[in-house]
Amino acid sequence: MTNNESQAKVGSSWRKAGVLACGLSLAVSAFSGFALLAHGSLLAQEMEAKPGMSDKPGSLKPDSLKPGVKSPEMKGEMEAMDGPSMKAPEAKVPGAKAAGGGDDLPARVKPATNKPGVRTAASDPVVQFINESLRQGWKDNDVEPSPMADDAEWIRRVYLDIVGRIPSAEEVQDFIADKSKTKRSELIEALLEDPGYVRNFTTIWTNLCIGQRTPRRVSRTGMQKFFREGFAKNRPWNEMVFDLVSAEGHFEKNGATNFILAQMQDNDDGVQLTAKTTRLFMGMQVQCTQCHNHPFNEWKQDQFWQFNSFFRQVRKMDHQKLDPRTGRQVDDYSEVLFRDFSGPVFFEKRSGLMQVAYPIYLGAEVDASEGVDRRTELAKLMTSGERPLVATAYVNRMWGHFFGYGFTRPVDDMGPHNPSSNPALLDRLSDEFVKSGYDSRQLIRWIANAEAYSLTSRGIKKNERDNPAAGETPLFSHIYVKPMRAEQLYDSLIVATNAHKTGRAGWEQSEEQRQEWLQQFVQAFGTDDNEESSGFDGTIPQALMMMNGPLTRDAVALKPGSHLAEVLAGKGNERQKLNILYLSVLSRMPTAAEWARFQKYASSSGGNLIPVYQDMFWALLNSNEFIFIH
Amino acid sequence: MSIFQPDGMSRRHFVRHLAATAATIPALEFISHVRANAAELKKNQKSCILMWMSGGPPTIDIWDLKPGSKNGGEFKPISTKGDLQISEHMPKTAQVMNHLSVVRAMSTREADHGRGTYFMHTGYVPNPTVVHPSFGSVVSYELGTKRKELEIPAFVSIGGGREGTGPGFLGMSNAPFVVDSNGGIRNADLNGVSASQLGRRLDMLGSVEEGFINSQRGESGQSHKEIYQKAVNLMTSKQMDAFKVAQESPETLARYSPTPNGNAMGGGMGGISGFGRGLLMARRLVESGVPFVEVDFGGWDLHNDVFNSLKNRMLPQLDAGISALVTDLKERGMLDNTVIVWMGEFGRTPRINQNTGRDHWAASWSTMIGGGGLRGGVAVGETDSDGIAVASGKSYLPGDIWATAAHALGIPLDTVHTSKRGRPMKIANGGTPIKELIS
Repeated sequence: MTNNESQAKVGSSWRKAGVLACGLSLAVSAFSGFALLAHGSLLAQEMEAKPGMSDKPGSLKPDSLKPGVKSPEMKGEMEAMDGPSMKAPEAKVPGAKAAGGGDDLPARVKPATNKPGVRTAASDPVVQFINESLRQGWKDNDVEPSPMADDAEWIRRVYLDIVGRIPSAEEVQDFIADKSKTKRSELIEALLEDPGYVRNFTTIWTNLCIGQRTPRRVSRTGMQKFFREGFAKNRPWNEMVFDLVSAEGHFEKNGATNFILAQMQDNDDGVQLTAKTTRLFMGMQVQCTQCHNHPFNEWKQDQFWQFNSFFRQVRKMDHQKLDPRTGRQVDDYSEVLFRDFSGPVFFEKRSGLMQVAYPIYLGAEVDASEGVDRRTELAKLMTSGERPLVATAYVNRMWGHFFGYGFTRPVDDMGPHNPSSNPALLDRLSDEFVKSGYDSRQLIRWIANAEAYSLTSRGIKKNERDNPAAGETPLFSHIYVKPMRAEQLYDSLIVATNAHKTGRAGWEQSEEQRQEWLQQFVQAFGTDDNEESSGFDGTIPQALMMMNGPLTRDAVALKPGSHLAEVLAGKGNERQKLNILYLSVLSRMPTAAEWARFQKYASSSGGNLIPVYQDMFWALLNSNEFIFIH
Repeated sequence: MSIFQPDGMSRRHFVRHLAATAATIPALEFISHVRANAAELKKNQKSCILMWMSGGPPTIDIWDLKPGSKNGGEFKPISTKGDLQISEHMPKTAQVMNHLSVVRAMSTREADHGRGTYFMHTGYVPNPTVVHPSFGSVVSYELGTKRKELEIPAFVSIGGGREGTGPGFLGMSNAPFVVDSNGGIRNADLNGVSASQLGRRLDMLGSVEEGFINSQRGESGQSHKEIYQKAVNLMTSKQMDAFKVAQESPETLARYSPTPNGNAMGGGMGGISGFGRGLLMARRLVESGVPFVEVDFGGWDLHNDVFNSLKNRMLPQLDAGISALVTDLKERGMLDNTVIVWMGEFGRTPRINQNTGRDHWAASWSTMIGGGGLRGGVAVGETDSDGIAVASGKSYLPGDIWATAAHALGIPLDTVHTSKRGRPMKIANGGTPIKELIS
């Protein structure tokens, strides 16, 4: 067994520091046996992903769709959903004091119809605070909120945001038919208990911590296991951050170590790890201060290195094993170990002067002598206190997850140089989040039950100015359109098409197929987790993949088991079948104009409607309305 | 009418329009005149072909030999048509070296594959605050957008698409369009969908898209439509023929390959080499007006058995490919408009290791550049007699190579791009065109 230590020796470590941002390093030669990052080993590792307890799309039941069954109700619903005639459903904001709560509403958000069952009930003072705070912002900026989203628009959005996929046609129909006045809140609760919630947030945090392409010597499976267990048990977020920052051990036995391993790709004395930890968990961007004082924020160069000194006890160990078939050494596991390190770190000022930095966290000094586990000390400091940055950063990111924009842009660059657009709201939510015991589900409950989240994404004249895509400060007077992430798109395609049921069987194969598709998709998109994107940043290869790729091909090919084949073979007339296809893909009924259009195609098809349905289904799957969350 | 009508006027529309307005000129004659001008215009369009030697080529065995040194290895230098000597295993290239120059004083610091790939492609060292565009994306941004008649992407990467070669903050519309050396484009095949069926699909799609675009939901819906329009244009474009290397004559195909056997298309290394086929495709793409083509040639990470690998496998392909490309471009009058750049992520150690290999070395190595009106046949700078250091005083960075290319392509060197966070970035990282190469 060969062990490969990737940490530089203590004495000379400062010489090599600074490689990352400012490139002070000299030629480094002879890294024997290095394999290119982009090579196939990555793919192989991706495909090893094993089915986990909650990775299965357990709640997907598209095969139980019953076309035609609900036809009488659907007809009525369809009229209500036709674009121009769409009425704003009840917008009453329920409060603890139900009598007083709604009466203060400005006339314009008062219920336009008596359509029942659309309240996002929230007798919670935090939700009320959010509502009041945002309404104040609308008033101050002279904008008005868009009307409430109808059920079809809302259910699609809440499924994508919480469980990471669109609802099936059946789920949409059931929800629309549900007469409960509190059905939106009930659905939020149900989705938070759905395995899809765990899977969705596991995906999001795995991508944030180790990237969409797994770096060398990092276990994606291990990282996923850590988050899956954490989100399934609803572990307090500060405990999860504590584990991530202080992790030691085998990269699959303690999956939290993979966050650290992924930031140790370069032999850089923890520079990358310093920058990523502050950015991801504390919402602070300190990368630039590695080499110089920051021109706009309060971070100073010595603070970067003080922070960095907490990470100097990390030792990464890569193990190898003998492959009995080839007789060669191949990668085995990696682990994070404690490295004896004490005293200050050294760094170079721009003037060339050497300086020292001791472990100090936002003014709190930690004993720099031997035997003190600095990362554990850091993890304690980061995750305790009245309103630690760890809480604020998480709240801001979670808000951004649901609304497309956080209170700062980007969500992970907070501080006096980039003030929050609504400090009172962000602070209150952070305080409540801490008081709740860092309860992720509670935080989502507050956000998703807020009035603003239930609005339509259609803008109105009176909130035209609320356009963050044009650089304006978001006021959340309507929902902002955002593109699906790769995983959301894939899982939604599966819900809409059942394409995975055609030909290949078994969870393992499905998962393999999913990983393959995602790899190609990531390459085609070249996504960059540093930049939030509000627009469509797609590429030609991505469009080609959607138009002609195997998944779409299988979806429209009428293979046995596919959703399209089942719908077309099932009961119901032409209109009912078209309704199901629209519900499956766009979570809504076709408008009258769309139905008329379909009839026109049908009449010129020479009696063979099958290809017309196929082409229609293809068009829906390729549409902007499908690929965006709105 | 479909909203996906390809850009530009149809020929019939053009003729009809013309008949009404330019009655004094016989219409067809006029059209053929316009066409000839267009062809002439394309010829004069500047382009760049990057030959990317993935893995890090041992330039001490190719462009800057050290006979008499313990580091010299097995190969001997030979004279060329230019004012410099190169490896004896590059005899065909030696005959065209009057058109190509070698920069022997590269000193680039980055000796890791990932970082070197990034640094050489962008001119910038990796930085966690920003992703820089590769030079191909810069050319796509600067020249591609101006070529309205171009229906295929402005930056094509044949067999590449590695990390660090992307568009960075210039955005995905300037991303490399990656194809394999057979010209295969993933998912561009219609799989039996007829033109009329595609038409109906696009028509249906168009109405769904319009509905969303007109729903007061911002600009995203429109950008989606535009990307799809480009993809459809690509699928149906005549310019797609540029990817079909098989349309070339067997003789031409053979010239790009080390083995005199031109009938084994698609047979991997059995017939024409992947690299040679890639270069031939690059020539066809440049003829169609594509301003930047990268051709990826891997297998240079020669930690073991460097000399046998070079003389039996790598150099014959390199030699045939480079010489055929230069000859072809010259014959077609395109060499003065086509910049050729040859580089890898770094060079390799002058010292030969115990496995008769060479390891990573960034302190003193060579790149090759020519065409595009740059001076050929010159060796710029030099290394010491053992090849372990730059001996000429001045050393060069990738930014200097790309500044030289930018100069030849007519892209102003004071061009500044702004990152998404508002940070100004000089083109080629503020590098300087190499004066020995500028006539």
